Amino acid sequence: MDNSAAPIDVVLSPEPLSLEACRDFVAHPSCGGLCFFVGTIRDLNLGQTVTHLEFEAYAPMAVREMRKIADAAREKFSLRAVALHHRTGDLAIGDVAVIVAVSSVHRAPAFAGCEFVIDELKKHVPIWKKEFRPDGSHWINARP
Amino acid sequence: MKILCFGIAREIAGGPSLSLDGVAGTTVADLRRRLVRTYPGFGELVSFAVARNEEYAADDEVIEAGDEVVIIPPVAGG
Repeated sequence: MDNSAAPIDVVLSPEPLSLEACRDFVAHPSCGGLCFFVGTIRDLNLGQTVTHLEFEAYAPMAVREMRKIADAAREKFSLRAVALHHRTGDLAIGDVAVIVAVSSVHRAPAFAGCEFVIDELKKHVPIWKKEFRPDGSHWINARP
Repeated sequence: MKILCFGIAREIAGGPSLSLDGVAGTTVADLRRRLVRTYPGFGELVSFAVARNEEYAADDEVIEAGDEVVIIPPVAGG
Protein backbone atom coordinates (compact mmCIF):
# COMPACT_ATOMS: atom_id res chain seq x y z
CA MET A 1 0.00 0.00 0.00
CA ASP A 2 1.28 3.42 -0.93
CA ASN A 3 0.35 5.72 1.92
CA SER A 4 3.46 7.86 1.71
CA ALA A 5 2.07 11.02 0.10
CA ALA A 6 -1.70 11.33 -0.38
CA PRO A 7 -3.90 8.66 1.26
CA ILE A 8 -4.67 6.95 -2.02
CA ASP A 9 -4.45 3.22 -2.68
CA VAL A 10 -4.64 2.15 -6.31
CA VAL A 11 -4.41 -1.53 -7.23
CA LEU A 12 -4.71 -3.29 -10.59
CA SER A 13 -4.42 -7.01 -10.02
CA PRO A 14 -5.19 -10.45 -11.45
CA GLU A 15 -5.84 -11.65 -7.87
CA PRO A 16 -9.23 -11.47 -6.08
CA LEU A 17 -9.94 -8.04 -4.56
CA SER A 18 -10.43 -7.46 -0.85
CA LEU A 19 -13.22 -5.23 0.42
CA GLU A 20 -11.76 -5.50 3.89
CA ALA A 21 -8.37 -4.20 2.72
CA CYS A 22 -10.10 -1.22 1.10
CA ARG A 23 -12.09 -0.49 4.25
CA ASP A 24 -9.02 -0.75 6.45
CA PHE A 25 -7.20 1.63 4.14
CA VAL A 26 -9.82 4.40 4.12
CA ALA A 27 -11.10 4.16 7.72
CA HIS A 28 -9.93 7.02 9.94
CA PRO A 29 -10.93 8.34 13.39
CA SER A 30 -11.87 11.74 11.87
CA CYS A 31 -14.32 10.17 9.41
CA GLY A 32 -17.97 9.48 10.11
CA GLY A 33 -18.73 8.20 6.62
CA LEU A 34 -17.22 5.40 4.58
CA CYS A 35 -18.81 4.69 1.22
CA PHE A 36 -18.17 1.69 -1.02
CA PHE A 37 -19.02 0.67 -4.54
CA VAL A 38 -18.46 -2.97 -5.44
CA GLY A 39 -18.86 -3.87 -9.11
CA THR A 40 -19.62 -7.53 -9.75
CA ILE A 41 -20.05 -9.67 -12.85
CA ARG A 42 -23.71 -10.27 -13.61
CA ASP A 43 -25.22 -13.09 -15.60
CA LEU A 44 -27.31 -11.01 -18.02
CA ASN A 45 -26.43 -8.05 -20.27
CA LEU A 46 -29.00 -6.45 -22.60
CA GLY A 47 -31.16 -9.54 -22.24
CA GLN A 48 -28.37 -11.94 -23.23
CA THR A 49 -26.93 -14.65 -20.99
CA VAL A 50 -23.32 -13.97 -20.02
CA THR A 51 -21.06 -16.89 -19.10
CA HIS A 52 -17.93 -14.98 -18.05
CA LEU A 53 -15.87 -11.84 -18.74
CA GLU A 54 -12.26 -11.19 -19.55
CA PHE A 55 -10.62 -7.91 -18.43
CA GLU A 56 -7.54 -6.56 -20.15
CA ALA A 57 -5.65 -3.38 -19.17
CA TYR A 58 -2.84 -1.20 -20.43
CA ALA A 59 -1.49 -1.48 -16.91
CA PRO A 60 0.93 1.44 -16.47
CA MET A 61 -1.49 3.97 -17.95
CA ALA A 62 -4.50 2.43 -16.18
CA VAL A 63 -2.79 2.83 -12.81
CA ARG A 64 -1.81 6.38 -13.70
CA GLU A 65 -5.38 7.29 -14.71
CA MET A 66 -6.84 5.59 -11.63
CA ARG A 67 -4.52 7.64 -9.45
CA LYS A 68 -5.54 10.87 -11.23
CA ILE A 69 -9.21 10.08 -10.60
CA ALA A 70 -8.58 9.32 -6.93
CA ASP A 71 -6.62 12.57 -6.57
CA ALA A 72 -9.37 14.56 -8.30
CA ALA A 73 -12.04 13.00 -6.07
CA ARG A 74 -10.11 13.80 -2.90
CA GLU A 75 -9.74 17.41 -4.00
CA LYS A 76 -13.30 17.89 -5.29
CA PHE A 77 -15.12 16.27 -2.36
CA SER A 78 -12.58 16.86 0.44
CA LEU A 79 -12.29 13.12 1.01
CA ARG A 80 -9.91 11.82 3.63
CA ALA A 81 -8.85 8.71 1.66
CA VAL A 82 -9.64 6.81 -1.53
CA ALA A 83 -9.00 3.17 -2.38
CA LEU A 84 -9.57 2.08 -5.97
CA HIS A 85 -8.94 -1.56 -6.83
CA HIS A 86 -9.59 -3.17 -10.22
CA ARG A 87 -9.27 -6.78 -11.27
CA THR A 88 -7.83 -8.11 -14.53
CA GLY A 89 -8.03 -11.49 -16.27
CA ASP A 90 -10.87 -13.99 -16.49
CA LEU A 91 -13.80 -13.34 -14.14
CA ALA A 92 -16.80 -15.56 -13.44
CA ILE A 93 -20.38 -14.54 -12.65
CA GLY A 94 -20.47 -12.99 -9.15
CA ASP A 95 -16.76 -12.13 -9.07
CA VAL A 96 -15.78 -8.64 -7.97
CA ALA A 97 -14.34 -6.56 -10.82
CA VAL A 98 -13.88 -3.24 -9.04
CA ILE A 99 -14.00 -1.73 -5.56
CA VAL A 100 -14.19 1.97 -4.75
CA ALA A 101 -13.85 2.97 -1.11
CA VAL A 102 -13.83 6.54 0.17
CA SER A 103 -13.94 8.19 3.58
CA SER A 104 -15.01 11.64 4.66
CA VAL A 105 -16.13 13.50 7.77
CA HIS A 106 -19.80 13.38 6.74
CA ARG A 107 -21.82 11.09 4.49
CA ALA A 108 -22.85 13.40 1.63
CA PRO A 109 -19.36 13.89 0.14
CA ALA A 110 -18.67 10.18 0.67
CA PHE A 111 -21.64 9.17 -1.49
CA ALA A 112 -20.87 11.83 -4.12
CA GLY A 113 -17.14 11.06 -4.21
CA CYS A 114 -17.69 7.33 -4.54
CA GLU A 115 -20.04 7.84 -7.49
CA PHE A 116 -17.61 10.27 -9.13
CA VAL A 117 -14.75 7.76 -8.93
CA ILE A 118 -16.62 4.86 -10.57
CA ASP A 119 -18.15 7.13 -13.24
CA GLU A 120 -14.75 8.58 -14.18
CA LEU A 121 -13.13 5.15 -14.16
CA LYS A 122 -15.62 3.91 -16.71
CA LYS A 123 -14.90 6.92 -18.96
CA HIS A 124 -11.12 7.21 -18.91
CA VAL A 125 -9.21 4.23 -17.56
CA PRO A 126 -7.72 2.01 -20.29
CA ILE A 127 -9.34 -1.24 -19.23
CA TRP A 128 -11.37 -3.37 -21.64
CA LYS A 129 -13.78 -6.20 -21.10
CA LYS A 130 -14.75 -8.99 -23.40
CA GLU A 131 -18.11 -10.57 -22.78
CA PHE A 132 -18.58 -14.29 -23.43
CA ARG A 133 -22.04 -15.63 -24.24
CA PRO A 134 -23.15 -19.11 -25.19
CA ASP A 135 -23.17 -17.99 -28.87
CA GLY A 136 -19.90 -16.03 -29.03
CA SER A 137 -17.92 -13.15 -27.58
CA HIS A 138 -17.44 -9.41 -28.11
CA TRP A 139 -15.60 -6.41 -26.68
CA ILE A 140 -17.99 -4.19 -24.70
CA ASN A 141 -18.54 -0.61 -26.04
CA ALA A 142 -16.25 -1.19 -29.04
CA ARG A 143 -18.69 -1.24 -31.94
CA PRO A 144 -21.88 0.78 -32.58
CA MET B 1 7.45 2.47 -35.25
CA LYS B 2 5.89 -0.19 -33.04
CA ILE B 3 2.39 0.69 -31.86
CA LEU B 4 0.86 -1.28 -29.00
CA CYS B 5 -2.67 -2.66 -29.26
CA PHE B 6 -5.08 -3.78 -26.55
CA GLY B 7 -8.59 -5.21 -26.46
CA ILE B 8 -10.33 -5.13 -29.81
CA ALA B 9 -7.36 -3.22 -31.30
CA ARG B 10 -5.24 -6.31 -30.70
CA GLU B 11 -7.72 -8.38 -32.69
CA ILE B 12 -7.91 -5.83 -35.52
CA ALA B 13 -4.10 -5.65 -35.74
CA GLY B 14 -3.80 -9.43 -35.46
CA GLY B 15 -1.40 -9.21 -32.51
CA PRO B 16 -0.30 -7.17 -29.50
CA SER B 17 1.39 -4.57 -31.70
CA LEU B 18 1.57 -3.31 -35.26
CA SER B 19 4.36 -1.58 -37.12
CA LEU B 20 4.15 1.54 -39.29
CA ASP B 21 7.04 3.43 -40.91
CA GLY B 22 7.41 7.19 -40.89
CA VAL B 23 5.21 7.85 -37.87
CA ALA B 24 7.79 9.94 -35.97
CA GLY B 25 7.41 13.61 -36.88
CA THR B 26 3.75 13.27 -37.89
CA THR B 27 0.74 14.14 -35.73
CA VAL B 28 -1.63 11.93 -33.80
CA ALA B 29 -4.35 12.88 -36.33
CA ASP B 30 -2.06 11.67 -39.17
CA LEU B 31 -1.55 8.37 -37.35
CA ARG B 32 -5.28 7.92 -36.79
CA ARG B 33 -5.97 8.45 -40.49
CA ARG B 34 -3.24 6.00 -41.47
CA LEU B 35 -4.54 3.39 -39.06
CA VAL B 36 -8.05 3.58 -40.49
CA ARG B 37 -6.67 3.37 -44.02
CA THR B 38 -4.37 0.44 -43.29
CA TYR B 39 -6.68 -1.47 -40.94
CA PRO B 40 -10.30 -0.69 -41.90
CA GLY B 41 -11.45 -2.36 -38.66
CA PHE B 42 -10.41 0.76 -36.75
CA GLY B 43 -12.90 2.78 -38.77
CA GLU B 44 -15.68 0.46 -37.60
CA LEU B 45 -15.14 1.25 -33.91
CA VAL B 46 -17.32 3.73 -32.00
CA SER B 47 -14.09 5.72 -31.56
CA PHE B 48 -10.48 5.18 -30.60
CA ALA B 49 -7.90 7.32 -28.84
CA VAL B 50 -4.13 7.32 -29.02
CA ALA B 51 -1.91 7.39 -25.95
CA ARG B 52 1.61 8.74 -26.02
CA ASN B 53 3.89 7.83 -23.12
CA GLU B 54 0.98 6.71 -20.93
CA GLU B 55 -1.14 9.87 -21.46
CA TYR B 56 -4.06 10.49 -23.81
CA ALA B 57 -2.68 12.40 -26.82
CA ALA B 58 -4.47 15.27 -28.60
CA ASP B 59 -4.86 15.13 -32.38
CA ASP B 60 -2.36 17.97 -32.97
CA GLU B 61 0.44 16.42 -30.90
CA VAL B 62 3.54 15.43 -32.82
CA ILE B 63 4.79 11.90 -32.24
CA GLU B 64 8.51 11.67 -31.53
CA ALA B 65 10.92 8.79 -32.08
CA GLY B 66 11.10 6.75 -28.89
CA ASP B 67 7.55 7.56 -27.78
CA GLU B 68 5.46 4.67 -26.49
CA VAL B 69 2.40 4.88 -28.71
CA VAL B 70 -0.72 2.87 -27.87
CA ILE B 71 -4.11 2.55 -29.55
CA ILE B 72 -6.90 2.95 -26.99
CA PRO B 73 -10.23 1.55 -28.23
CA PRO B 74 -13.40 2.48 -26.27
CA VAL B 75 -12.74 1.64 -22.63
CA ALA B 76 -15.02 -0.55 -20.53
CA GLY B 77 -13.65 -0.81 -17.00
CA GLY B 78 -15.75 -1.35 -13.90
